[in-house]
Amino acid sequence: MQSRPIPKGTHRMTETIKTDALIVGAGPVGLFAVFELGLFDMKCHLIDILDKPGGQCAELYPEKPIYDIPGWPSISAQGLVDKLLEQIHPFKPDFTYNRMVSSLEKLEDGSFRVTTDENEVFEAKVVVIAAGGGSFQPKRPPIPGIEPYEGKSVFYSVRRMEDFRGHDLVIVGGGDSALDWTLNLQPVAKSVTLVHRRPEFRAAPDSVNKMYAMQEMKQLEFRVGQVTGLAGADGQLSSATIKGGPDGDIEVPCTRMLPFFGLTMKLGPIAEWGLNLHENLIPVDTEKFQTSVPGIFAVGDINSYPGKLKLILSGFHEVALMAQAAKRIISPGERIVFQYTTSSTSLQKKLGVVG
Amino acid sequence: MTKLTFIAHDGTQFDVDAENGSTVMENAIRHAVPGIEAECGGACACATCHVYVDEAWTAEVGEPEAMEEDMLDFAYDVQPNSRLSCQIKVRDALDGLVVRVPERQG
Repeated sequence: MQSRPIPKGTHRMTETIKTDALIVGAGPVGLFAVFELGLFDMKCHLIDILDKPGGQCAELYPEKPIYDIPGWPSISAQGLVDKLLEQIHPFKPDFTYNRMVSSLEKLEDGSFRVTTDENEVFEAKVVVIAAGGGSFQPKRPPIPGIEPYEGKSVFYSVRRMEDFRGHDLVIVGGGDSALDWTLNLQPVAKSVTLVHRRPEFRAAPDSVNKMYAMQEMKQLEFRVGQVTGLAGADGQLSSATIKGGPDGDIEVPCTRMLPFFGLTMKLGPIAEWGLNLHENLIPVDTEKFQTSVPGIFAVGDINSYPGKLKLILSGFHEVALMAQAAKRIISPGERIVFQYTTSSTSLQKKLGVVG
Repeated sequence: MTKLTFIAHDGTQFDVDAENGSTVMENAIRHAVPGIEAECGGACACATCHVYVDEAWTAEVGEPEAMEEDMLDFAYDVQPNSRLSCQIKVRDALDGLVVRVPERQG
């Protein structure tokens, strides 16, 4: 679960992007939804919080083998993602990465307007939520009483470096985000203390060497230990307690803290869309995999129904049925002909395998 | 069968028979030991099956590998005897192993 600096996107209004199906989440199930929807001539646009397709398969365990994909006795998680991308290529889906969907609004004509956290606007005839365990978001570090400081003096990402100018800054963590921001904010901050529970890092060796060199020159301080407590008032930090280091428990005065404790998955703003929820999952029927709002479907790990199993192969089944229901919404009145890719010349044409 | 003992944070003791080759985490989940979440299902991709290995067993259980150390960075109150239970494989030599569940997982 490698964390990275959050990309410094600029806020700008863009033109509305129109598509048939907006798919939230580009994990294996979201990707295969493109295939099933594509067979019915529906154009897809996928949005994902990560900077690449594949979801958990790509982010958490790309090299781990999966043994229960039918027809593949063993395939690596990244290998499966690559094959799915190859399989959906004929349908030319569009991707928007590094974005979280924020709001959803139902329009008069029955379609949906969805905006992202960077204010892009999408209009789609159906919305397919394939968000797995939710969107990857920075993980709250295990420091008791951190909540009141969040967003005031404790931040999980750096939007503007200027916000840290002149501050006594504590950065916590041992990955690339922690090291990169230690090096980048050192010239701006009044002081920088990096805290990590051990002297080894999981960051690029070059950054680690630079950090140690700067410590030698007393330009920053690196302390081994774990932050166990915070002190301050009204959300404004005044010091952090670090324990487990060679000097015993110490107090480090600080006015800003940046913890980098990797990513976790949260349902996020989808919870505010007015869908029925059950324990952070979205209940659906097992005919259409539709949510409590007609036109919004939920497939893969994020849905729930009697007998649900969180398996990739279950998600593949779900998108096949969902596609039929989505087609009825997008092309009302049109007769839906059930066809096999093996024998249908019309499907083969869409797949680009016959002329 | 190899005997394992889990001690939950509230002191409740769980004695279980574990199959060799299974992971300590899998046995905790099978017996619903409270406090072992194992969010990622055993891929060493989170730190929510964190346990403290009883001092008498640390040498036999051994040290975490680099990838597990990286994940332990995300755990709560990491101690020298901290391990991720999904990375400990049950074997004859661990018969009688005692692990404690921390106050919280991350």
